[in-house]
Amino acid sequence: MSPLVLIFLLLALSSAAYFFSQRRMLRQTRNANVARLNSLPEHFGTLGAIWAGAPALLVYFVWLIFEGDILMAQVLAMLPDPESMAATRELLIGDIRNAINNPMSYQMASEEVRMAADRYHELSQTATLALTATCLSVFAICSALVLKFLTPRVRARVRVEKIIRGFLLLCSTLAIFTTVGIVLSVLFEASRFFQAVSVTEFLFGLEWSPQMAIREDQVGSSGAFGAVPLFAGTLLISFIAMLVAAPIGLMSAIYLSEYAPAKVRTAVKPMLEILAGVPTVVYGFFAAITVGPALRGFGQSVGLDVASESALAAGFVMGVMIIPFVSSISDDVITAVPQAMRDGSLGMGATNSETMRRVILPAALPGIIGGLLLAISRAIGETMIVVMAAGLSANLTANPLEAVTTVTVQIVTLLVGDQEFDSPKTLAAFALGLALFFITLVLNFIALYVVRKYREQYE
Amino acid sequence: MNTTETLAIPIPEQLDPPAVTGKVDLDLTTVGDFTVPDPRMKIRDVNVFYGQKQAIYDVNLDIGSNAVVAMIGPSGCGKTTLLRCLNRMNDTIDGCRVEGQVEMDGKNVYGRKMDPVLLRARVGMVFQKPNPFPKSIFDNVAYGPRIHGLVRDRTDLEEVVHTSLERAGLLDEVKDRLDQPGTGLSGGQQQRLCIARAIAVSPEVILMDEPCSALDPIATARIEELIGELRKNFSIAIVTHSMQQAARVSQRTAYFHLGYLVEVGSTKDIFTTPKHQLTEEYITGRFG
Repeated sequence: MSPLVLIFLLLALSSAAYFFSQRRMLRQTRNANVARLNSLPEHFGTLGAIWAGAPALLVYFVWLIFEGDILMAQVLAMLPDPESMAATRELLIGDIRNAINNPMSYQMASEEVRMAADRYHELSQTATLALTATCLSVFAICSALVLKFLTPRVRARVRVEKIIRGFLLLCSTLAIFTTVGIVLSVLFEASRFFQAVSVTEFLFGLEWSPQMAIREDQVGSSGAFGAVPLFAGTLLISFIAMLVAAPIGLMSAIYLSEYAPAKVRTAVKPMLEILAGVPTVVYGFFAAITVGPALRGFGQSVGLDVASESALAAGFVMGVMIIPFVSSISDDVITAVPQAMRDGSLGMGATNSETMRRVILPAALPGIIGGLLLAISRAIGETMIVVMAAGLSANLTANPLEAVTTVTVQIVTLLVGDQEFDSPKTLAAFALGLALFFITLVLNFIALYVVRKYREQYE
Repeated sequence: MNTTETLAIPIPEQLDPPAVTGKVDLDLTTVGDFTVPDPRMKIRDVNVFYGQKQAIYDVNLDIGSNAVVAMIGPSGCGKTTLLRCLNRMNDTIDGCRVEGQVEMDGKNVYGRKMDPVLLRARVGMVFQKPNPFPKSIFDNVAYGPRIHGLVRDRTDLEEVVHTSLERAGLLDEVKDRLDQPGTGLSGGQQQRLCIARAIAVSPEVILMDEPCSALDPIATARIEELIGELRKNFSIAIVTHSMQQAARVSQRTAYFHLGYLVEVGSTKDIFTTPKHQLTEEYITGRFG
């Protein structure tokens, strides 16, 4: 029986346990005073299913996680002389795994490796059988325990609530653990980078040219890792993007929330949200193929020298991309200003725009600023548009008509293709990622703080 | 200063199951004289609709000069709707339609030439819940004079703000902290701040929509006292759920029922010798 069938079987058995426990409880409490029972039959059903099914499922998943390693250790122990077969243990394991998963590799492999792969297959089949037997017997034992211990006196409702709470807690901490994991992995690789390049050179160096010499006599390999041009480019493009997105997004939010008749609002809002659903790579080629050349042509006609890949084109399109983000947050914040404020101002004889300018915007400002900060962290993290429209040359310039590059673009170019993870060139990507992570983290903290402060105002 | 929670004293009769004798087939044409000798505003044959639903039926009523007219009646009878017709605040509600005439100094409020912005400067409004802007006390009162360009310089503005706060009976309590946020005041002070804000543009009429319903009895008493003072300079229309309040502050009372103006007359007459059966039942507390 394959593991996949087994898990469905276990789930089906658990469902059966649910219905069985429920019915059994109904039978047992037929003559009892229903009002005195502390739990509903559903609670007993759920508890029965969990007690019976959860241990078996746990065994199943623990086995699946460790199966590969355990079997491989068995196989290696069986081999007569593992050290002679490959340079390192890892390489040997890699060879064997290839032979197991890929028939072609199996054909090409050496006799010993083939033998190991065969052995692995055998072990794996036995293990699956053993797993099935173990899971089913665990299930049977637990079911027997359910029969014995799940009586009407058990406070099933309280227990089920506790289990649900624990499950939800697990889900919410999973996201946190993932974040911690990401930070740690980036931190680890970045620290390796900083062994080769000093922190001050990375943070304050003005030249970015991550070409490392592989051989001593190679030309054109300067290996400069000054991140300032990248961060400057990122800031320039984000700044242009916010220059586009902040006013347009805010104005459209003001129109939609205060001026637009219900009909226009119901039509325009979804359309703005469609804009948010366009994949960034599509924005990317819009920037590279349409906006970039158009800007260049316009620049030529007025006598300006515009690079075909310019910060302006990338920033502009990125701004368009962020408009729905800004407008949707601002719209929420403006709508959250109590109607009493509007009535008070309009009742004084203020016009719509006076009301907006003097009462609603000041009241909503903290929330709007929080939204804009979130939008900035999005702009900083955005990659595809800049990859396609802003170029790769790390110029340190404030001129938006020139090509610049950003942190995210460099991370992409450093990691695309076959890489060796021991040269500073590749590791630099992690250092950049770490720096970027901290910048957006700080921005998000500020944004959340500002938004929270705003919330307190009307409570 | 006033930290006591609003004492929601239920009026006993509202707790009793209403012995509704308010018969539907009763005649709902207005009893009593709806005119006054010196009207500031005139409401004539006004019908108000929210979409398909009619909220006000053929109401005629005068708002007298330097007098307080109280509008009473059970919830949902259209008092607030009618009040909001007077300064066209109903314009801000989607689907609200007003038919008939509302006149101010002989000009139709709903006429083509009427600018609702100017109208609202002449017909001020105080709302049910105190709604000071999240600005300083000074800026709250200075709001109207500033947007209407009523003052030339800072000295003028300070003068207006001080006078308004004084007339609203708030100056002594706040004169040392005019730069503090208006939202930091107590409920009663906030409401008086809103009154000061409304009178800072020297309106001719002040509309009050249950101005005391969110306040405790002491703050209520102060507002009622203030209304008596304001009557000397302004014409006031007040919507209230408290019949005692209507009896205390108003000279004329209008009783509304299901969108109809059932009876109107001097407050004394309405509360002592109501002519219409519905009015009598309401003020004696048999339903409401």
